[in-house]
Amino acid sequence: MVDIVKFLINPFGTMIGGILMLLVPILIGVAYYTYAERRVIAAAQLRKGPNVVGPFGLLQPFADAVKLLFKETIVPAGSSRFVFIIAPMLTFVLAMVAWAVIPVGEGGWFADGPWVIADINVGVLYLFAISSMGVYGIIMAGWASNSKYPFIGALRSAAQMVSYEVSMGLIIVSVIVCVGSFNLSDVVRAQKDLWYVIPHFPLFIVFFVSILAETNRAPFDLPEGESEIVAGFFLEYSSMSFALFFLGEYANMLLMCAITTVLFLGGWYAPFDVAWLTWIPGVIWFALKVCLLAFVFLWVRATVPRYRYDQLMRLGWKIFLPFTLFWVIATAGVLVAFGWLPNA
Amino acid sequence: MAIAALSFYVFAFITLFAAVNVIFARNPVHSVLFLILSFFSSAGLFVLMGAEFLAMVLVIVYVGAVAVLFLFVVMMLDVEVVASRKGVARYASVGGLVGGLLLVELVLIVGGRVGGLPNQTAAPVLPIPEMAERTNTQALGDVLYTDYILLFQTAGMILLVAMVGAIVLTLRKRSGVKRQNIQKQTLRTIDEAVELKKVEPGSGL
Repeated sequence: MVDIVKFLINPFGTMIGGILMLLVPILIGVAYYTYAERRVIAAAQLRKGPNVVGPFGLLQPFADAVKLLFKETIVPAGSSRFVFIIAPMLTFVLAMVAWAVIPVGEGGWFADGPWVIADINVGVLYLFAISSMGVYGIIMAGWASNSKYPFIGALRSAAQMVSYEVSMGLIIVSVIVCVGSFNLSDVVRAQKDLWYVIPHFPLFIVFFVSILAETNRAPFDLPEGESEIVAGFFLEYSSMSFALFFLGEYANMLLMCAITTVLFLGGWYAPFDVAWLTWIPGVIWFALKVCLLAFVFLWVRATVPRYRYDQLMRLGWKIFLPFTLFWVIATAGVLVAFGWLPNA
Repeated sequence: MAIAALSFYVFAFITLFAAVNVIFARNPVHSVLFLILSFFSSAGLFVLMGAEFLAMVLVIVYVGAVAVLFLFVVMMLDVEVVASRKGVARYASVGGLVGGLLLVELVLIVGGRVGGLPNQTAAPVLPIPEMAERTNTQALGDVLYTDYILLFQTAGMILLVAMVGAIVLTLRKRSGVKRQNIQKQTLRTIDEAVELKKVEPGSGL
């Protein structure tokens, strides 16, 4: 026991401890997000959903994990073996690595500063860089499978992610102009009195739609559109490599919800500066906001029909891009005109 | 500091290993993937030097955008692996010449820095702000949008012209394509879409 305490006190041990304290809840969260998805969609369709394994089916994610672990990994003939196996790992690792800069709380008994593994100056850019790399896992999987449907799915997905990244970048620029720092903790602190969802409400909506497209979720789940291309880029995957893709995608969804929380919903702050609300630790507020957004992901999936591909591209390039560009200029104009620029 | 040194060697080794493999990989798609790995680990080297903004921009621009398009093109080309190997001997001399020139230039630059050439003193010494009080991004922005604003704007204009040019070259209007006009669709009313006719029994329309 003493050894463990000693290990946790030295800086390397603190880092490892911090990473575990972040990643373990995230992985459990991801596991239960898959369960929540099935239950929520079942409720939306007046079904019961998984309710057999454990009380209320709560052990279902673990049953699924065990099942996938014990299945045989099949590598298709003529595939590029190394790339085929590395692709799901890349997706999963990128989805986890991005969490390093997300501040989930601040102060209190746990730490003096923000609760984040790496409080870096360019946090927003780091997130953007990591999420722009996410497309590689998909392209590599599609190409390495040596099969038509995965390849088409990968091309669709890559084009879709690249298109929506542009307007996401412009949205982030508008927020950053208001904050005056790329540090995510500063982004949250700037929203202490007013969450950006209020002045930037249209941006919030556009951002949310963009992250739906970015994570290949319904109604933009064309890369895995069953009726056209079977299962898209992970058609040839089975067993653990499939599970890694699956976990990576769901972790990405939670990550995108966390980014939206940081950028627009005031991160760890309580909605009102009232004593009994601020008494609740910031990390709980953060988790609640992420859960709310994650629920909307499922709600949208249960409600909205799939877009056609040309409609998707039209929305991204002809509507979101001009609008966000206009909003960046308008925000900068207002800030300069009223002298509200930070660090001026 | 030991960790920094260790990371430097790891990143440097991966960069060189990947760069060598870009040339020697048999499959062109593997070459591009190695190129991406090389970009990524050079971004790691930037971070070690404290140039975090440049590192992130390198990843966003090169890895996230340029290399994706590159990969697209290479995947679609369906290059024959063996055929692309044939011309190696023919092009080796040209490639060697270009490589040698680059090496000489590099040696001149680095040697000039290390040896301290006399005309180096002519360049004005820019004040380097403290890392703690001025972040990378702010420092770059200060220089870029004040002293070099004209060059920056010019570069932007050149890129814009290039973009417009590329669109003009590739845009074509084909006739006979059924294109959806969403505005027209949504503005349609029941009056113009449906016409009611009274049909007399025994006589067609």
